[in-house]
Amino acid sequence: MNVTMIFRVALLAIMRNKTRSLLTCLGIIVGIAAVIAVLAIGKGASTMMLNEISTMGNNLVMVFPDRNRQGQVRSGMGAGQTMTADDAEAIKRELPHLVQYVSPAVNASSQLVYQNRNWNCRVSGVSCDMPEIRNWQIGTGRFFTEDEERNYARVCVIGTTVERHLFEDEDPIGRTIRIGSIPFKVVGVLRSKGANGWGQDQDDTVMAPYTTVGRVLVRSKFRSVNMMNLSLRDMGDLEEAKRELTALLRQRHKLPDYQDDDFETRDTTEIMSTMGSVSSLMTVLLTAVAAISLLVGGIGIMNIMLVSVTERIREIGLRMAIGATPFMILSQFIIEAVVLSTVGGALGVGLGVVVANVIGEVNHWPIVIEASSAIYSFLFSAFVGMFFGFYPAYRASRLNPIDCLRYE
Amino acid sequence: MSHLIEFRDLKKIYAQGEEPVHALDGVSLDIDSGEFVAIMGASGSGKSTLLNILGCLDTPTSGSYMLDGMEIAQRSRKELAQIRNKKLGFVFQNFNLLPRTSAIEQVELPDLYMGRLSRRDRHRRALELLTRVGLGGRGTHTPAQLSGGQQQRVAIARALMNEPPVLFADEPTGNLDTKASVEIMNLFTELSREGITIVMVTHEDDIAAYAKRHLVMKDGKLVKDDRRGAGGAAA
Repeated sequence: MNVTMIFRVALLAIMRNKTRSLLTCLGIIVGIAAVIAVLAIGKGASTMMLNEISTMGNNLVMVFPDRNRQGQVRSGMGAGQTMTADDAEAIKRELPHLVQYVSPAVNASSQLVYQNRNWNCRVSGVSCDMPEIRNWQIGTGRFFTEDEERNYARVCVIGTTVERHLFEDEDPIGRTIRIGSIPFKVVGVLRSKGANGWGQDQDDTVMAPYTTVGRVLVRSKFRSVNMMNLSLRDMGDLEEAKRELTALLRQRHKLPDYQDDDFETRDTTEIMSTMGSVSSLMTVLLTAVAAISLLVGGIGIMNIMLVSVTERIREIGLRMAIGATPFMILSQFIIEAVVLSTVGGALGVGLGVVVANVIGEVNHWPIVIEASSAIYSFLFSAFVGMFFGFYPAYRASRLNPIDCLRYE
Repeated sequence: MSHLIEFRDLKKIYAQGEEPVHALDGVSLDIDSGEFVAIMGASGSGKSTLLNILGCLDTPTSGSYMLDGMEIAQRSRKELAQIRNKKLGFVFQNFNLLPRTSAIEQVELPDLYMGRLSRRDRHRRALELLTRVGLGGRGTHTPAQLSGGQQQRVAIARALMNEPPVLFADEPTGNLDTKASVEIMNLFTELSREGITIVMVTHEDDIAAYAKRHLVMKDGKLVKDDRRGAGGAAA
């Protein structure tokens, strides 16, 4: 008796009991495929959510001038005129160790005109760092440069919604549009971001240098800005950055100690942490679904194995009667279990990947397949298969052959 | 004088409930090589227990069992398996064939566990044995495709695969009709003539009549040992 013989015996046993082998495999396949598909889709969804959030910006801190307090009447956030482009430039100059990018925002709402078409949308005066801060990608053309910003160049970058309404099929790069009555040259088109989480079309925008917008559109004497977008080097330094920022702005605004700040800072950590908890909730949910899938598959395997125990114990009795040693019996059953688990596992992984991709394709969901989900579900199914295949064999191999032959 | 089988005061006690059951209550017995023995008795007399212990399928509670000069009573499970494989063949009342398995594979099985023959020789010998028991063309048939008599003949061919000196049969014709029973018993008679020792349990007198020696069991004891030879119906 050698290993080849035991393999032969085991493979013959698998082939002979095609239905049982198939059903056992099926239990493993379904369990693994379900886990992989569910986790792939779930991971994809939560990745998509986090990506959506990150379109808001990286390490973003927003600074708003405080509402004007004139008597009891308060105007809204950003309506104050206490913050100027000089503040933005000072931050960039004074806090380079904490703040990587600064962009003030000077907003104007103007009629855009190109030939016989026109459109109305918000024109944002921003700095050339804006794409870095708010994760804007350039679709065609380019963003405006620091030189253009410094030189009050009349250039602008438009969103895809604006492009569609003003240019239709024409290539907008190099064309001149009028914003209000001022001609601006279009140098680039932003890649579409779609609507933000609040349903606002982020592509319905025009960006131009804040210097130009402030001077020619808003015509502000004090170079006042509506707000500032800052991008921190490291979100870990948020508290320190806020402290230094506050100190700097208070000093620049010459606020005495008894007076409150005339500005407010906001950051995205709150949103991020909400997202984080949503994401970990998703993970728990998905893990629970996966665990149930595995359990169902495992119960399937267990049922098949236990249903066939009587037949198998008689088979063991016969095999022992004609000369199989307990070791040979156990080897046969281990090999059977390993072969079935491996084949079922491989098919399960394959099926899971296919199902995940098909579902992702049909619903346009992103799919993230992690090796760990395949490995864990495979190990679990293999363990169940082996345990319930092997345990009866182990019990039987310790009985006298005649007791196995008479097993009811 | 050395016998093929020597039983000395063999006991098998089942601890069932409060009263232990003495399935074998001190059996001593010798069987020589080449004998054709029928073990008879009412149900519950211990005849099957005796056969199972003879065939190393069961272990005695106490006593000595020498098979071919070897003490069997206290051997490991592995050694017992090897003894069954090399020296003993079994034929059961309910055939005990593997379901959904071709006749040829059934017959080959004992050699798979022994690993004596090459694949080709194993196949050839299995075919020869099937031909010999009259199933030449049915090597690929599964048990479901064979009649009871044919299944029992497959079982006999399997029992002969490793050329054992002893063949044990437990009610080999119990599930067969008269015609098939006669065919099986003729096959046993032939094998006996070729020198194989056969020990068979039966409760039917006309089946026992094929054997040359009759042992009668009652309440776990051997009550009659009749060596009158074939043809004499046991009482």
